[in-house]
Amino acid sequence: MNKIKIALIGNPNVGKSTIFNYLTGLKQHTGNWTGKTVDTCEHSFTYENNKIQIVDLPGTYSLKSYSEEEVVATNFILKKDYDIAVVIGDATNLEKSLNLVLQTLEMTKKVILVVNLIDEASKNGIVINSKKLSNLLDIPVVTTDARNGVGINKLMNEIIHYEKESSFILKYNPLIEEELTDLDHEKRYQKLKELEKENLMKDKIIKNTIDTAKRITKEVVKYTKEDYNKKSRILDQILTNKLTGIPIMICMLFLCLWLTITFSNIPSNLLFEMFNFLEDKLYNLLEFLYFPKFLIDLLVLGVYKTTTWIISVMLPPMMIFFPLFTLLEEYGILPRIAFNMDYCYQKCNANGKQCLTMLMGFGCNAVGVTGSRIIESKREKLMAILTNVFVPCNGRFPTIIALITMFLVTTNRMTSSFLSAVFLTLFILLGILMTFIVSKILSLTLLKGYPSSNVLELPLYRRPKIMKLIVKTMLEKVLAILKKTILIAIPTGLMLYLLANININGESLLYLLSKFFNSFGLLLGLDGMIIIAFLLGFPANEIVVPILLMGYLAEGSLVEYESLELLKNVLVNHGWTLLTAINFIILTLFHFPCGTTLLTIKRETGSIKWTLISFILPTIIGILLCLIIKLFFFLF
Amino acid sequence: MYLSDLKRGEEGIIKKINLEGNIKVRLQDMGFIPGNRVKCVLISPFNDPKAYLINGTTLSIRKKDALEIEVDRFE
Repeated sequence: MNKIKIALIGNPNVGKSTIFNYLTGLKQHTGNWTGKTVDTCEHSFTYENNKIQIVDLPGTYSLKSYSEEEVVATNFILKKDYDIAVVIGDATNLEKSLNLVLQTLEMTKKVILVVNLIDEASKNGIVINSKKLSNLLDIPVVTTDARNGVGINKLMNEIIHYEKESSFILKYNPLIEEELTDLDHEKRYQKLKELEKENLMKDKIIKNTIDTAKRITKEVVKYTKEDYNKKSRILDQILTNKLTGIPIMICMLFLCLWLTITFSNIPSNLLFEMFNFLEDKLYNLLEFLYFPKFLIDLLVLGVYKTTTWIISVMLPPMMIFFPLFTLLEEYGILPRIAFNMDYCYQKCNANGKQCLTMLMGFGCNAVGVTGSRIIESKREKLMAILTNVFVPCNGRFPTIIALITMFLVTTNRMTSSFLSAVFLTLFILLGILMTFIVSKILSLTLLKGYPSSNVLELPLYRRPKIMKLIVKTMLEKVLAILKKTILIAIPTGLMLYLLANININGESLLYLLSKFFNSFGLLLGLDGMIIIAFLLGFPANEIVVPILLMGYLAEGSLVEYESLELLKNVLVNHGWTLLTAINFIILTLFHFPCGTTLLTIKRETGSIKWTLISFILPTIIGILLCLIIKLFFFLF
Repeated sequence: MYLSDLKRGEEGIIKKINLEGNIKVRLQDMGFIPGNRVKCVLISPFNDPKAYLINGTTLSIRKKDALEIEVDRFE
């Protein structure tokens, strides 16, 4: 069997990962973003009796700069530990891609050029003469529309029948050429590298490369439509307009949140019922197997119930929010949002892309933290990670909304939903404001520095493939989060059950613990059980209220509230006032990240120190705010 | 004049780039090279950053960086 190793290289946003996925069947994330593939991804498969190994390199514009992704890509290409370098280019902007092709050709002669997004190009009236391009560069050129799988077989054929190395040599102006006379391909590159050490020379070399790319583009590309990007231009004017830009963005955010909150109830209830049904069956089965009663209770009422509870309340909102979010991402809206908001972040010495990780945080903070990979500067990435938890995720929204409805809005029905929305908006704005304040403070203390140059590409809008998008989101985001959450939920379920069911002198451990924290709770205008609920709700914010109810009602397992009125009764009977409700909301907004998020922070930062800071920072802010509000209530 | 002085719809010819390091290479790769044409196409709601069209790519560039790129107005 023939073995072929391929290195995939290309500009960001040209569908490199789409091609990788198509070839390998692997669902790796793609999108309109720089640096989606931060590490290299490898995968092997067999094609017509050839064993093909593909290495997906991070998206890069150049093999001459020093950003993390570009160094990874450059080093890999230089090591020559592959048979063919497949460069993925963008048919809608060939010139930019050719720059990378030319740079690659200086490092290796074994290149195949894929001109992807050919469908977009022809839609925009761009015609590419790929035969001529192939002749000019002396490499195989394949045009593809990877999203629809067009041209992939042709590409595979070129790969398995690849033979001839390119004889193309990028000519420089006579002054530089003089230095390069009689050098073979490899020596030529090394000499060029040496020359590039001098800044002025480097500028000349880069200019020469770009000019060549321009010249070739002129020869092979024809524009048959004058206003080929008119639609994108008009949409851009509306989305970034001084008057309409920001309101439209806010409306889109609210639409996403509203759809999520409204439509996740039904699947949530279905899941609850299903898991309840299975709970009885499981209980019976274990009894049938002669498990001791205590162990059955522990496993079923403790572990099983807690874990399935979290899944039921967490899964549906994520399944609605993330496809919606990915839709905006795929369409190309997100870079425009970053463009609109960049100024505010600049003022906080942060990166405009932090705005996007914050928006992801509304869905799930863990996803927001992972998303901060799109920020190149390490300092700004940390800032985005540390502040992500200040916006409420799907798991905290229902709690906040329930408390607003119970304690803050007590008027009649007509105005109440409107007032609730207003209060919710205020709390969200408080969270967003806090991300700015904390970013600013961090930039002056722990993360000193100036904003990096946030050069951001605003790609043309693309119509997303809805079905593919849903499947992709499920596999990448939802399942990944779910897995982590379950890992944390299992030990929590175990602990919760033990705490609620081990009694000392007739009082459960849970109750004793709450007594221990009571004075601290009262200090914050809360009580001991609330503190315990937050602490034990560590694996997932969704179970804070159920734990609270379990504690108040002295039940042995998690308790669901039948209606808000009943819940309010229970709470008021345990001494809740308006202050308790407000401070509970504040603490819901500002406290340590949930277990899943914390694990993600640990993975993304690779540092215990930053993980600890991410734990302490929001907690301190929450406590301080509670104290201030209590003081305010006390005074007025 | 500087890149940041271009109003929306105005075009300029790049004269000189006074930036250093990574950002310079990135901008060069995008086509920011003396002699190339650049057009200001979008202005964000807070007036900074602005987006420029160069070699068919739209790029958002912060004012502090646009102040380091010298251009001549293209009529």
